[in-house]
Amino acid sequence: MSKPKSAYSIPGKKQKSDTHVIVVWVDNEAGVLARVVGLFSGRGYNIESLAVAEVDSKLNISRITIVTTGTPQVIEQIKLQLGKLVPVHKVADFMRGDKKIIFKEMALLKIVGNNIRRKKAIKFCKKFNPVVLDKTNKSVVIQITALRREIDTIMNDLKKTGLVSVSRTGAVAMTRGAEVFK
Amino acid sequence: MSKLYSGAEIVFKCLEDQDVEYIFGYPGGAVLPIYDELKNHESIKHILVRHEQGAGHAAEGYARSSGKPGVVLVTSGPGATNAVTALTDAYMDSIPLVCISGQVPTHLIGTDAFQECDTTGITRPCTKHNWLVKDVKDLSKIIHKAFEVATTGRPGPVLVDIPKDIQFQKTKYVSSIKRKKLNGKIHSKFNQSEIDQLVKLMVNSSRPILYTGGGVINSGPKASELLRELVSLTGFPITSTLQGLGSYPGDDNQFLGMLGMHGTYEANNAMHDCDLMINIGARFDDRITGKIDEFSPKSKKVHIDIDPSSINKNVKVDLPIVGDVSEVMLSVIKTLKKKNPNFASSNKEKTSKWWEKISEWRSVNSLNFINSDKTIKPQHAIQRLYELTKDKDTYITTEVGQHQMWAAQHYKFNKPNRWMTSGGLGTMGYGLPAAVGVQIAHPDKLVVDIAGEASVLMTIQEMSTAVQYNLPIKIFILNNEYMGMVRQWQELLHEKNYSESYTAALPDFVKLAEAYGCVGIRAKTPDELDEKIKEMINVNKPVIFDCLVDKEENCFPMIPSGKPHNQMLLGPNDQKENKITGKGKTLV
Repeated sequence: MSKPKSAYSIPGKKQKSDTHVIVVWVDNEAGVLARVVGLFSGRGYNIESLAVAEVDSKLNISRITIVTTGTPQVIEQIKLQLGKLVPVHKVADFMRGDKKIIFKEMALLKIVGNNIRRKKAIKFCKKFNPVVLDKTNKSVVIQITALRREIDTIMNDLKKTGLVSVSRTGAVAMTRGAEVFK
Repeated sequence: MSKLYSGAEIVFKCLEDQDVEYIFGYPGGAVLPIYDELKNHESIKHILVRHEQGAGHAAEGYARSSGKPGVVLVTSGPGATNAVTALTDAYMDSIPLVCISGQVPTHLIGTDAFQECDTTGITRPCTKHNWLVKDVKDLSKIIHKAFEVATTGRPGPVLVDIPKDIQFQKTKYVSSIKRKKLNGKIHSKFNQSEIDQLVKLMVNSSRPILYTGGGVINSGPKASELLRELVSLTGFPITSTLQGLGSYPGDDNQFLGMLGMHGTYEANNAMHDCDLMINIGARFDDRITGKIDEFSPKSKKVHIDIDPSSINKNVKVDLPIVGDVSEVMLSVIKTLKKKNPNFASSNKEKTSKWWEKISEWRSVNSLNFINSDKTIKPQHAIQRLYELTKDKDTYITTEVGQHQMWAAQHYKFNKPNRWMTSGGLGTMGYGLPAAVGVQIAHPDKLVVDIAGEASVLMTIQEMSTAVQYNLPIKIFILNNEYMGMVRQWQELLHEKNYSESYTAALPDFVKLAEAYGCVGIRAKTPDELDEKIKEMINVNKPVIFDCLVDKEENCFPMIPSGKPHNQMLLGPNDQKENKITGKGKTLV
């Protein structure tokens, strides 16, 4: 190995990365999403998906759900850095594999094709609460809710049946049972 | 009905309520209403700088030396972007700044208007928080909150962007609402069991070290007193980061000097070999740790910090304690006194071997250099400056580079808030405007900017500010005609390819001083140095001191890149002795 010609140290060992879902409660004010997202890009954290909307119009609170991957140290930093932002109220963090948590993503799928293909497509989606939102004699728009990888799989399956367009949301998350994250 | 005030008036009412005495600024189109209002507020004095970056650094110097937040006032567009370097600098070094910037009128925002820029967007990553005021009714609340955010928890810069139409609009004034808690952002939530654990670690340690940082300075003068008490109570050795210098007396026997890349041999080796490291208000910066995988492998690490995100960021610690370092140290001292009243004496024996080891390292005398009677060695210049100013309660600022490290190594500080240097961001051009701010805060004290000729040229225009306000700052330039630190790295790592690190066509600094209306002094030989320094001190005017030093002197000791603490590069002597080993410039 050549001698590093740098004023900085060479990178150390890398730990294993895990996928986490981070939920952030923030004041719904101008620029708040930019602060959260800017923190991720500025510090080199990655965002797999993002979902955000106001959840309490009285208190003016928005809930941001971010799926991210990182080493335990990075995930810890993400939480602590988010906690320092002035408009952030609380930060929750869940492992993607956590059984106590429900994760869901929604997708809209447009299928163009003959009747047989369209029917086949709806059948493929059966497991994921398909709702037909629009129908013509050439096309159908199906809404499904599922996990990320399930949607990935079904998109693959639907290629054969004339899938022409997909629109997906980021994951949203909620704890199971009566408990609420404080 | 209560009286209505314009936005500009509200700005000043807020500043008055916050006991602001000085603002550092530069006028422009989008802040004219605020400048127009200035004349009606006698308690607030405006310091006109020559560049907005200078305003920011001056406010930093003011804040660091006084413990009060620095206030900056700039116009929109270039005014704001020029302040960005200073804001980032303050963010990295945790300095409380409140920057008020003008913005184009609300209806023009987003139209690429004249002198418009997305100020809150640009400054978002370099401030603790920022606000664009869209409604004059929010203005007073936002400014008061801005001061609160800047000064509480881990301090830092904030920015309030005020569109010009808001400055004209009228509303009622809401006075400062002092709340103790800010949105849960103040973290002082350590508990007694953590303190007990720390005391237990301290009692059991035979090779302890205290590693203190800027957090001790930021926590206020009381923190420095408590630190002194803690050190004398425990008998532990103590080392400090660049930013922490002054929180413990630099000439005390228990002080091992600064640690890190250009720290002393004893401090770095003690960090490497200790069995207990107590980090008080420092952040395991990469200039401190060296190679992280081999950083202090045998020690239990304790980290006391007000910012929970500083903990476990770079180095995993065994016992984190989140809290204001003053409060934590107070608890530790109390607990220690109660549980182990004769700790100091029992501990003396336990750590005696450790102190022996430390004396061995000390005997290497790593700050030593080969002096000359022909040319002025930069280290010698700083030592003489120290000797001739140490009885005066002197305030030192620096630029960034070799001179900065020599100043940190050879100038001994005994009190906090006397040492202002850009550590985190490493901003060349910091020292001169910072000295302006320091002198504003302490008009009767001696303020010296230890500078390099390259750095100082980045903000030299602020000499004009110093002259305007009769600020007798002393700019002590160690002039080697090189960007010294760049040259040093090129010598050590790039086969002496001195690419673009030599400055040809430097100005004549003595004539430059005269052009600005201040005094220029030049020292060429070691013989005349003392006399010239005395001359500088005795002039009650701003001085540019052009100290011609050895052009090729390097800053040692040094931890080269990618090396751990125990593989330091000592001075030129060390290199000669290790000639045979070729690459063996490293010791141990």
